[in-house]
Amino acid sequence: MKPELMKRMVKGPDGQEFEVEPLRDYYCEAAPTVMPAAYIKIVEDFFNWARSESIWILGFGTGCGAIEMRPLMTPRFDAYRYGVQWRPTPRQSNLFIISGYLSVKTLKRAIRSYEQMQSPKYVIGLGSCTINGGMYWDSYNTIKRLDDYLPVDLYIAGCMPRPEALLAGFMDMKKIIRAGNAEGANKYAENFDWYKANQKQVIHDWDMPDYNW
Amino acid sequence: MKIPYALLTLFIVVNFGFLQNALIQKIAARVGRRYGIPVWQNYIDLIKNYGQRSSITHGVMFYLGPVFRLSGGVGLLLFVPSIYGSEMFSNFSFAGDLILALYFVFFGTLGMALGAAESGHPHSAIGITRGLSQVTAAELPFALAVFSVALQYQTLSVTDIVAAQQGSILNWTVFTNPLAVAAAMLGFLGSMMRPPFDVVLAPQEIPIGPPTEYHSSYLALMQTNRAIFPVAKMVIYMSLFFGGATSWPVFFLKVFCIYLWSAFVGVVFPRFRVEQSIRWFLIWAVPIGVLSIVLM
Repeated sequence: MKPELMKRMVKGPDGQEFEVEPLRDYYCEAAPTVMPAAYIKIVEDFFNWARSESIWILGFGTGCGAIEMRPLMTPRFDAYRYGVQWRPTPRQSNLFIISGYLSVKTLKRAIRSYEQMQSPKYVIGLGSCTINGGMYWDSYNTIKRLDDYLPVDLYIAGCMPRPEALLAGFMDMKKIIRAGNAEGANKYAENFDWYKANQKQVIHDWDMPDYNW
Repeated sequence: MKIPYALLTLFIVVNFGFLQNALIQKIAARVGRRYGIPVWQNYIDLIKNYGQRSSITHGVMFYLGPVFRLSGGVGLLLFVPSIYGSEMFSNFSFAGDLILALYFVFFGTLGMALGAAESGHPHSAIGITRGLSQVTAAELPFALAVFSVALQYQTLSVTDIVAAQQGSILNWTVFTNPLAVAAAMLGFLGSMMRPPFDVVLAPQEIPIGPPTEYHSSYLALMQTNRAIFPVAKMVIYMSLFFGGATSWPVFFLKVFCIYLWSAFVGVVFPRFRVEQSIRWFLIWAVPIGVLSIVLM
């Protein structure tokens, strides 16, 4: 564990000494709970329609696939037409695109970002690397199957998939959300222990609480 | 009987604000050769954000931040007459409403600063520092222009100022006191969160600014305010400088044209850093405002 995360005594500017325990003070340790559809069917369908038509993507490029997302913001592909927008903060995002290979170091950040997103949230695995490791299948520091660590709703296969494939993926994602089948956040909460065990198996310097939103 | 009419005003302005924001975004997108969002996209985003299942809080002020922001926008709208000469849409205007309006312009920003500060995110703190310094600098020329106009018409009532501009287009303040209007319109650019003065929010970049931690229904409240507040602010500009509006179509047209001014500047010029924008306001806008008061 890093020294700045240890429990320690701190002297404030007013001379008072107090105890700081970063893992307890700065994070929330409460495990995620299953949040089922709270409203009657017609309202939930309406919300699902709104969720599908307003997809906010977390602007976090994890691998080489991130380069395929940039053209979507520009005139040639212009994903804004379809209600797809990018947000710079996980709090406001609904969709997390794991774009390509995911090194163990980045996985740690991806988990933290995913846990800060608000439910309902979705994950798209972009590129072959998220399915079976792709061309990094024998690499010592990338994960092979993304689905073991985060609940994936949709894969877009290819190495690399073109922006058109991404647009088609967004359309499929919309269908999944509208049908009410995009319950990845609940799946994560239900199988929380299994996901944490998998994550801890590859992340050796686990210096954060189990759940940190 | 005033309250239902005030709510009607609010309803009209909210819808107009949403459509106008989307239209301006579309115009900016067309300049970049994109099609941009559909005009109804802002409604869907709003519904989506209200429909989020989970939300977390960082404390009481975090709750109150968006509420303050929204009450700043609604208060600004409701204490200024929307339509001149209409009993229905004069809202809660009174003899000294100009001073109250000036206060409300700043109210939301301060509430937001307190709320965002409690979220404890460093990007929020950076955004607040940038936002407050820039809004303060942009407010200076506007306040000077307002004092100049108040001196010119010898009144602090928005209704009386609009009344004095009726009759001919040449009676508008923009022709009778062009220096004050010039200063105010330069200050206006700084408060609309469009380029070159949008480094506070810097949409879609890593430091999104004050709302970094806001999500779900908190963000939805702020989105609602983003529809109301610019319109409310432009109502003041329209009433003080451009002869006010005597009917809703004139209101929509004038407000849209005023907004278009900031959008036009925004698509042409790149972004300023905060110290550059402050320097720009102090060098180019404030002297014009001072001059307009001196000449008054």
